[in-house]
Amino acid sequence: MIDDARKNLKRPSLAVEVAGIKMKNPVMPASGTFGYGEEYAPYMDLDGLGAIVSKGLSLKPKAGNPTPRIAETTSGMLNAIGLQNVGVEAFIAQKLPFLRQLNTPIIVNFFGNTLEEYGEIARRLSDIPEVAGCELNISCPNVKQGGIVFGTEAKCAHEVVDLVRRHLAKPLIVKLTPNVTDITVIARAVEEAGADAISCINTITGMAVDVRTRRPRLANRTGGLSGPAIRPIAVRLVHQVVQAVKIPVIGIGGICRAEDALEFLIVGAAAVQVGTANFVDPGAMPSIIEGIEQFLIEEGLDDIRQVIGSLKL
Amino acid sequence: MKNYQTVILSNQEMSAGYYRMRILAPGFGAAARPGQFVMFRPHASTPLLRRPFGVFRTGLLPADCAGLPPKEYLEILYKVVGVGTGIMSELHAGDRVEILGPLGKGFASAPEGREKILVGGGIGLVPLYMLAEELVRSGKVRLLMGGRSRDDILAVTEFERLGVETYVSTDDGSLGEGGLVTRVLQRKLDKYPHAAVFACGPMPMLEAVYTICAERGVDLQVSLEALMACGVGACLGCVVKGAGHSEENPRYLCSCKEGPVFRAEQLDWSRLGGQSGYCEGCKI
Repeated sequence: MIDDARKNLKRPSLAVEVAGIKMKNPVMPASGTFGYGEEYAPYMDLDGLGAIVSKGLSLKPKAGNPTPRIAETTSGMLNAIGLQNVGVEAFIAQKLPFLRQLNTPIIVNFFGNTLEEYGEIARRLSDIPEVAGCELNISCPNVKQGGIVFGTEAKCAHEVVDLVRRHLAKPLIVKLTPNVTDITVIARAVEEAGADAISCINTITGMAVDVRTRRPRLANRTGGLSGPAIRPIAVRLVHQVVQAVKIPVIGIGGICRAEDALEFLIVGAAAVQVGTANFVDPGAMPSIIEGIEQFLIEEGLDDIRQVIGSLKL
Repeated sequence: MKNYQTVILSNQEMSAGYYRMRILAPGFGAAARPGQFVMFRPHASTPLLRRPFGVFRTGLLPADCAGLPPKEYLEILYKVVGVGTGIMSELHAGDRVEILGPLGKGFASAPEGREKILVGGGIGLVPLYMLAEELVRSGKVRLLMGGRSRDDILAVTEFERLGVETYVSTDDGSLGEGGLVTRVLQRKLDKYPHAAVFACGPMPMLEAVYTICAERGVDLQVSLEALMACGVGACLGCVVKGAGHSEENPRYLCSCKEGPVFRAEQLDWSRLGGQSGYCEGCKI
């Protein structure tokens, strides 16, 4: 009897739509923490994710930075991988065949060294039907030309988003850096240039020193800080961006548990990305999704959209 | 490979600063190959990232009085070098831990009939035990075990129990022969010039082993240690430069997925040593 009752109990809806991309739930990996998806296939049902976000792609393959590339710090990690990736053509030839079998939207993250490269990759990805949307990286702190030059000045951000918008026949998400004086200025600029959504934040630039050798712990000297250490900063910035723009915002920054994801959703994020937690626990995203559903049940809500933007002030 | 949410069966200091942790891991032994590793973390919020540890051995506990089936375990050996391993050394039997594994590519089987020489430096001995277990089945195996001092010489009697012939050397002469393990290697290769060599240890030792083997055209496999965040090929934190690497034509290999065991000819040895990321894993 009880089992029958459970079956009949309506499960709450976790479905969201971001930039026209329909997702089963609001949880997806942050670019660069989930490889090209296949790395995590042994540990979870990838179809259970809201979307998959690829490693950042460039026009040509990219070597990345010298090692050491990572260092753990209190409640976080510094990384300076340097956008090592196979390049857009190898992605299409070697990585997409696996991804296209999945029943979840594929979001491709990409970056360019020049405006022309941004445009060229946008055109190339427009031809690929399996790509549900693109995430434009104008915010990597670890390479000289990894997009951050475009992401720290409103005029440059506007210019690159405007150009990509004209060449990309797909939903366009623009990923913002927190390493600016006022993120809302950049957010408004990319919205005006035609972005369909914003994702934020990318990592916060940081540095750590080995006191014995007196050398930086990363070969690149500085790196991007991620993990739970940055979450309160990320929640604050997402809250500010949500108020500054009308387009949807995807919240990123140190999410490890369902409660963390809910913080972002409550301040108004339409969805969230999980990054460093994937390294710590390959099962992090499935348990976050389960935890969000549990939260809705406990709160007597039947739709995740009742949570999004429900912050009480 | 699997994420085990499991418990510690025992965790004991085996020599000053070196520990042996036995972890309950049903089904692990059948899946693990010599040279593979696990990503370990205690059931706590510190440290954040898991740490990679080579699997020393797997085994079965004898059935207990309650008539329950024998429990399968794996063992890791570790040296306390920083905060992470310091926390590990304070864990006890029954404490909850998580291990992801077995991960990576282990040792490839050596050609039949060759002499087998294993070279271990300090904690680098770890991945060689399961390899020895496998190799003794098909012939003679010799272990050259080196360390700074007698405290760095681990588990040699366990290798002897497998029937492995062991040669110990210490830099300070406090145990076995005085001097570097590579000197013993040269002597053994004089005697067995067609041997296959398997090595794991600090980077300077591996470089010396590589030079000796390359000069003589000896088949060499090495197990590398690297800082890594994920262990599954996603973070790209643990890369090493492969043979033929250049800025224009980068050939990075992931230690976690394409390694940690490499054939010597896969690597760009001219560029390995300068990378300070090696053999100081788990510093935090």
